[in-house]
Amino acid sequence: MGFKSIQDTQEQLANVGYVCGRALATVVFLSLKLGRPLFLEGEAGVGKTEIAKALAAALERRLIRLQCYEGLDASSAVYEWNFAAQMIAIRTAEATGSKDRDALNTELFSENYLIRRPLLEAMSKQKDGPPVLLIDELDRTDEPFEAFLLEALSDFQITIPELGTIKAPEPPIVIITSNRTREVHDALKRRCLYHWVDYPDFERELEILNAQVPEASKNLSHEIVGFVQRLRDEDLYKKPGMAETIDWAKCLLALDVIELSPQVIADTLGAILKYQDDITRITGPEAKRILDDAKATSGMSE
Amino acid sequence: MAVYAKLEIPEKGEIVANITHFARALRKSGLPVGPGRIADAIRAIDAAGFSNKQDFFWALHACFVSRPDQREVFAQVFRLYWRDPQYLEHIMAILMPAARGLQEEHKAKAAERRAAEALLDGTKNNDIETPESERETEFDIDASMTFSVKENIRNIDFEQMTMAEMAEAKRLISKITLPVRPLASRRTRAANHGQMADWRATMRGAMRFGGDIQKLAKKQRQIRWPNLVVLCDISGSMSSYSRVILHFLHAASNAKGTGWAQVHAFTFGTELTNITRHLRNRDVDEALNLVGTQAKDWKGGTRIGDCLHSFNRDWSRRIMGQGAVVLLITDGLDRDDSQGLGAEMERLRLSAKKVIWLNPLLRWDGFAPKARGIREMLPHVDSFRAGHNIESLQSLADALSKPEDIGEKARLMTMIRKNNG
Repeated sequence: MGFKSIQDTQEQLANVGYVCGRALATVVFLSLKLGRPLFLEGEAGVGKTEIAKALAAALERRLIRLQCYEGLDASSAVYEWNFAAQMIAIRTAEATGSKDRDALNTELFSENYLIRRPLLEAMSKQKDGPPVLLIDELDRTDEPFEAFLLEALSDFQITIPELGTIKAPEPPIVIITSNRTREVHDALKRRCLYHWVDYPDFERELEILNAQVPEASKNLSHEIVGFVQRLRDEDLYKKPGMAETIDWAKCLLALDVIELSPQVIADTLGAILKYQDDITRITGPEAKRILDDAKATSGMSE
Repeated sequence: MAVYAKLEIPEKGEIVANITHFARALRKSGLPVGPGRIADAIRAIDAAGFSNKQDFFWALHACFVSRPDQREVFAQVFRLYWRDPQYLEHIMAILMPAARGLQEEHKAKAAERRAAEALLDGTKNNDIETPESERETEFDIDASMTFSVKENIRNIDFEQMTMAEMAEAKRLISKITLPVRPLASRRTRAANHGQMADWRATMRGAMRFGGDIQKLAKKQRQIRWPNLVVLCDISGSMSSYSRVILHFLHAASNAKGTGWAQVHAFTFGTELTNITRHLRNRDVDEALNLVGTQAKDWKGGTRIGDCLHSFNRDWSRRIMGQGAVVLLITDGLDRDDSQGLGAEMERLRLSAKKVIWLNPLLRWDGFAPKARGIREMLPHVDSFRAGHNIESLQSLADALSKPEDIGEKARLMTMIRKNNG
C-alpha cells in the first residue's frame, strides 16, 4: 500500500475527502518516498492537521498524535513508568515474603509497567505497517524538546535505561505542524521537507467545501466561498481559515439559509471571525459591501 | 538517519549537475543550502520525475526552502535559472563583485564612524578640532578623578549633552543590563526541598534497596526566561533620544547572561521596521548604521496607531507567545488624531505579559497627559516611566526585576480622571 505517483497521491487523498493542490501532493509524495518527516507551516485552520488524518485514512495506517504544549517533556511524550502499579507490586512481594531482589527488579521494569506515550508508540511495531505520527503545533513547545525530537527523528529509536533501546522496525510517517508563533530551529527544519500551507484559492476552496459539506447547495457554497475569499483581502487581525469556512457553511445549513444576506452574515459572523475587533469592523454596511463585491466577482466568473 | 537506496542515475548526469548549479545559485542569493539538501533534492527529483515543470518546482521547493520568506527568492531564482542557467550566472558574475564591494565599503564606514562623527560635529560647533582618541582619554581622566562628573552625567538630559558627554553616556549605557524576572516553567527538575514528589526517582532509588522506599525524592518547577520586545519611536519629536535609546537597545540585546530568552526590536515612525537582526551586530556603530539604512522614516512624523496595528497584525502572534515583556519607547505625540490607538494598545496589552512605556517627556515635573495619544495609551500600560537620562534608564533596569512596578502611571491616571471629571 502506498502512493505510486504525485497524481495518485492527489487522487487517493481526495478519495478520503482531502482536496489538495499539486504542490502539497508533491511534498507528501516525496516525504513518503524519501522517508523524510514533513514540516508544514501555515496560518491556523488551513488544514495542516487534517492532512495527517487524511494520510492515515488513505494508507489505512494508525494515526498517533502528539499535541505539543509548553513544558512538554519526555515523561508525557515518550514513556512513563506506572509507579502506582510498581508500588503495589513491591508491597505484594513484601507481604508474600519474596526475597529474590533481582527477579523483582526485572519484573518491575518490564513492559507490563511501561506506559507508552505517543513517540514510543510510534516507534513500536504496528500490525498494519508504520503509523502516521502527527506532531501538532510544535511551536508551542520549547527548544529543549525540539532538540530531543531532532535526535528521536533522525534515528527513529528511543533508549529506556531500564529496558534498552527500542528501534522502530520501519520508520513512521512523520508530519510536523507549526502555527509559527515562534521560529522553529533550522536544525530541525533541515531534516524535514518543508511546505508552507497557504489559504486555498476560490476553485480549490469551493472543491474542499463541496467535499466536506456536500449538503450545501451549489449557489450557497459559491456565495460562502466568494465572501470568505473577499474577506481575506480585508485588514483583519485573524483571517478566516478553511476550517472556519466549513464551520460557517454548517452553521448556515443548520439555520436553513438558502442565500447570504447582510442580516444572516451579522448573525453568524462569530463562526468565521474570532476577534471582537474584526467582528465590529465587518458588521453592518461593511458586510454588505463585501457581499456585493463577492457576488459581482463570482457572477463574472460564471 | 533513514537509510536510502543508493542513487543510480547515470543517464541523469546532466540533471544532477544542473541541480547542483541551481543550488549554488540559491546559496548566492542567500538561502542556506548545504550539500545535504542538494543530495535530498537529487533524490526528490529522482522520485518525482521531471516530466512536469510544476512537480519539478515543488519538489525542489520542498528541499531547499525552509521559511516562508525564502519562497519568493526561490521562485525568482528558479524562474531565472531554468530558463537559461548561463544567463543567471552571467548576471551573478556581474552583480556579485559589485555587491561585495559595497559591503566592504559599508564596513569601513562603520568602523570610521566614531572618528568621523567627532570631526564633523567639531566643525559644526566651530570648536578647535581634537582627534577622537585624545579627547576620549582626556575625558576618562576627568571622570576617574572626580566622582561628581560621573554622577552629573547620569542626570543630564540626553538632549542637552555635549559631544563628549554623549560619548561617556554611551559608554555608561553599554554597561546597563536589563535584569529579568523569570517565569515558572511547566518543566521540573530534581530538588532536595522541592514541593512535588518525583516518583520516577523514588522508584529508582527503591530498586537499589530491593524495593524498600528509603526516601521520597522531590522535584520542583524549573524557571524559564521570557522574551523582550522593544518598540522604539524614531520620529522627529524623539530624534535626540532615539539614537541613544538604540545604543541602549544594542547593549540590552547583546548583553550576555542577563536572562532574556530573545530580544526583538522594532522601530516606528510612519512605518514599522524590524531591526532585530541588525542589533545582533557586535559593533554598535555598524549595527546602528544598518538600522539607519533599513528604517526609512527617521525624523519623520509619527503614526503610532498604524504602526501598532501592523505590529499586532504581522508580528504579535509570532514573537509574543510564552510571556513576552513589551518595552514601548515613545513620547506619545501622534500625528494622526489617535483614532483607534486605544484599541491597538489594548490588543498589545492583551497579548503581552507586561507593557512598559518609557516616555522622555516625563522629565518635566509639570508633565501633564494632555495629548490625545497619551491619554489613549496610558490606561493600557502596566508601567509608565521616564527615559531621558542614564539615571532613568538605570531605574528602569531596577524596576524590571520587581514584580509590581507601575512607575508614574497612577499619578498621571489621576490627572486624566480629574481633567475628565
